[in-house]
Amino acid sequence: MTAAVVTGIGVVAPNGLGIDEYWAATLRGESGIRRITRFDPDGYPVRLAGEVVGFAPNQHLPGRLLPQTDRMTQFALAAGDWAVRDADLDLAALPALELGVITAGSAGGFDFGQRELQNLWGKGPNHVSAYMSFAWFYAVNTGQLSIRHDLRGPIGVFVTEQAGGLDAVAHARRKIRRGARLMVTGAVDSALCPYGLTAQITSGRLTGRTDPRRAYLPFDRDASGHVPGEGGAILVVEEAGQARARGVRGYGTIAGYGATFDPAPGSGRGANLVRAIAGALADADLDPAEIAVVFADAAALPELDAAEAAALAEVFGARGVPVTAPKTMTGRLYSGAGPLDLVNALLALRDGVIPPTVHVAPASVDHDVDLVIGGPRPLRGGAALVLARGRGGFNSAMVVRAGPG
Amino acid sequence: MNRRVVVTGIGAVAPGGVGVKPFWELLTAGRTATRRISFFDPAPFRSRIAAECDFDPVAAGLSAQDVTRLDRAAQFALVAAREAMLDSGLAVDADNAHRVGVSLGSAVGCTERLEREYVAISDAGQRWLVDPDRATPYLYDYLVPSSMAAELAWLAGAEGPATVVSAGCTSGIDAVGYAYELIQEGTADVMITGGTDAPISPITVACFDAIKATSAHNDDPEHALRPFDRTRNGFVLGEGAAVIVLEELAAARRRGAHVYAEVVGFASRGNAHHMTGLRADGREMAAAITAALDDARLDPTAVDYVNAHGTATRQNDVHETGAFKASLGPHAYRVPISSIKSMIGHSLGAIGALEVAASVLAMEHGVIPPTANLHEPDPQLDLDYVPLTAREQPVDVALTVGSGFGGFQSAMVLARPEVRA
Amino acid sequence: MTVFGLDELMQIMRECAGEDEAAQFGGDLANTEFNQLGYDSLALMETASQVARRLDISLPEEEFARVETPAQLLALINERLSARSGPQAGVAARTGGTTG
Repeated sequence: MTAAVVTGIGVVAPNGLGIDEYWAATLRGESGIRRITRFDPDGYPVRLAGEVVGFAPNQHLPGRLLPQTDRMTQFALAAGDWAVRDADLDLAALPALELGVITAGSAGGFDFGQRELQNLWGKGPNHVSAYMSFAWFYAVNTGQLSIRHDLRGPIGVFVTEQAGGLDAVAHARRKIRRGARLMVTGAVDSALCPYGLTAQITSGRLTGRTDPRRAYLPFDRDASGHVPGEGGAILVVEEAGQARARGVRGYGTIAGYGATFDPAPGSGRGANLVRAIAGALADADLDPAEIAVVFADAAALPELDAAEAAALAEVFGARGVPVTAPKTMTGRLYSGAGPLDLVNALLALRDGVIPPTVHVAPASVDHDVDLVIGGPRPLRGGAALVLARGRGGFNSAMVVRAGPG
Repeated sequence: MNRRVVVTGIGAVAPGGVGVKPFWELLTAGRTATRRISFFDPAPFRSRIAAECDFDPVAAGLSAQDVTRLDRAAQFALVAAREAMLDSGLAVDADNAHRVGVSLGSAVGCTERLEREYVAISDAGQRWLVDPDRATPYLYDYLVPSSMAAELAWLAGAEGPATVVSAGCTSGIDAVGYAYELIQEGTADVMITGGTDAPISPITVACFDAIKATSAHNDDPEHALRPFDRTRNGFVLGEGAAVIVLEELAAARRRGAHVYAEVVGFASRGNAHHMTGLRADGREMAAAITAALDDARLDPTAVDYVNAHGTATRQNDVHETGAFKASLGPHAYRVPISSIKSMIGHSLGAIGALEVAASVLAMEHGVIPPTANLHEPDPQLDLDYVPLTAREQPVDVALTVGSGFGGFQSAMVLARPEVRA
Repeated sequence: MTVFGLDELMQIMRECAGEDEAAQFGGDLANTEFNQLGYDSLALMETASQVARRLDISLPEEEFARVETPAQLLALINERLSARSGPQAGVAARTGGTTG
């Protein structure tokens, strides 16, 4: 079957803009988690976030796009530009109807949404922006990316909370298998305005800790929830034959995917993360032993960490595979997390190095996982597994392999 | 592996009634359910019309707790899903749960509750720093609408792939298209799919006001949405849900399920043109239609009925007519085309699924629903739009299309199961 | 009488629709179509809405729909301004409308 090769990457993350800056910071273990700066968080029970800093939209985007876009769309468009540039190909020379866009989102352009809600309720209906009809909705990034790069092929949008980013990339691969030449895919999220943060707090999954180094601690006996972040990654995924024909090796191949949903709470049936992992491995035609590293979902809530650790132990054996969570440096990015972990996985395979999980001390690891802490670790092998769980019971797993498939 | 995918259950909540029966009766009678907005005082708004559902969630089977907890869109989806599951007679148990998935379309998710809660904790728009202490514990579920897919999965006992598809106004058709592809390729055997939206709230009304996309025929709400008519001036917001049970054909036959229709083709394309504007030639919608027909391995002349997007904006109806001509050729002039939005409004992410349901019902009953309110043909629009009155006519193959902000263009081909037997 | 000028209109357009680095406004700006200036229908609607709020006027839809150039939009705006009675013009000034 036609392989889907990642040939371009664009990253917007709290600890780095662009693939090089991000990867260097990640290997150094540099965290982007800090006190919220976009508004005064003193009145809120959560005061830390993985905020993207130093992103000046007018340096990256045409002025015409600025008034009509939320921050997360500006991230997506910048990351999209970088990914297309990284892929080093002339999109205009390809048939537009065979180039598509599939992204995920979780909250839409929520900062924009809060501003317009305030305009409506505080001032009146005629104060609502003409851009509101699309700047907030979940489909906006796919639409704007399609317009910006003249991509007229298959398009789509998924919302599966944190799992959605992998679902989007999987569907992009499906579209390549069904005949598309190239897909722009991935996800970016940002809901760090006051109303967005408030809504996130009600999930009951955020930590209220205020020390950035002791806040988001997955698999740690001190785990108390996650820090929210913003950002994500946009990828260019190409049909392998086309990539080969233009002499491009790419970062690696989207080799396998599995998605499941957990049984209803109280049903007495067990979670289905293992089934998602097994599905992804079977799809990639790989044995567990061939997986060199797992990028964990890393919820940082004791029960969810235990479930993830148990699933990994069931598939790989106790401490049977190196596990890491570079998202300890960014916070959880919701739909952006899966694609950013795909970037981590592809770069880890490229460079033979596993990026570390930060802030968790060896002595405090509470589960039987071989967590990569204290610095990067050499990687041996040619495939990596990325996990993402969405609140409510969504499990997505994706396997990437080194090389062009 | 290309497996065949069929519809075995349908549920609907639409303006005019809860359930498939009142939905179909309204459509075939050519009655309209658009009226002056009653949910809030529409006086300050430019467009003061909507197709509202008279929906009593408790009478429809939801618990008081569900009503408290769930956004109206989630309530619609659950009620429609329950009807669809019952209709299909499908039993989900420990043996097949992991082969059953959910794909629910929604354009604006839980906006109604997001707005209501915003008003409560911002002192009606007076404070940017909203008060976190007064936030409802369900707020996160409103922020991220995949919570609605979770509700459906819990209801159905589904443990396969589950997601919300949120492609704006093509969410409903795209969700069904995604479900079709998962079954076709073997990832799932059953999908609970469809679309839901409840957008009749001040913020959504205001944002369509701001771009004058909605009709200002405020003096005549019952006849405000006039697809393909010379006097059309925009759409009317609607609300509702349709949920469809899709199954792999052989499994459906084995269990003796009633097979309504087969999904035989689906495709989506982007127009890469403008977030709200459309090119007159409809090129990308035409490309989606052609790709869906190719997927179905059917010739354009096989299409017996086209369920149009038909929003009655000045641009859409021209765009769409162009797309039909470009993709169906001379057959575009012969095939009946109708817009059910004329009767039930435009329910954003739900309407695509309601239109799939209507297309299936047209095949089931051999009746083509009309385009209501089409009294004055537009000389630019010269196809057969089935004005005012339903037509009794066998439909073996139906095409339904959607178009949305962001440039989304989608097409789905449905056929009576014996067409490809 | 309040007169609303081209500079003020273009300033509002830049705020509402963003700067276009590529656009070169040579020649007769006032009589160049908005489309050619790189302003689409959304930019125009956003601008009109902003102008109407700042000047406290309403722009009738049918007439606004026919507007294609800055000069035509200015004519419509100034026609509405002058059609207003004196006290209302005062309101516009107090609410931030430009009185040129």
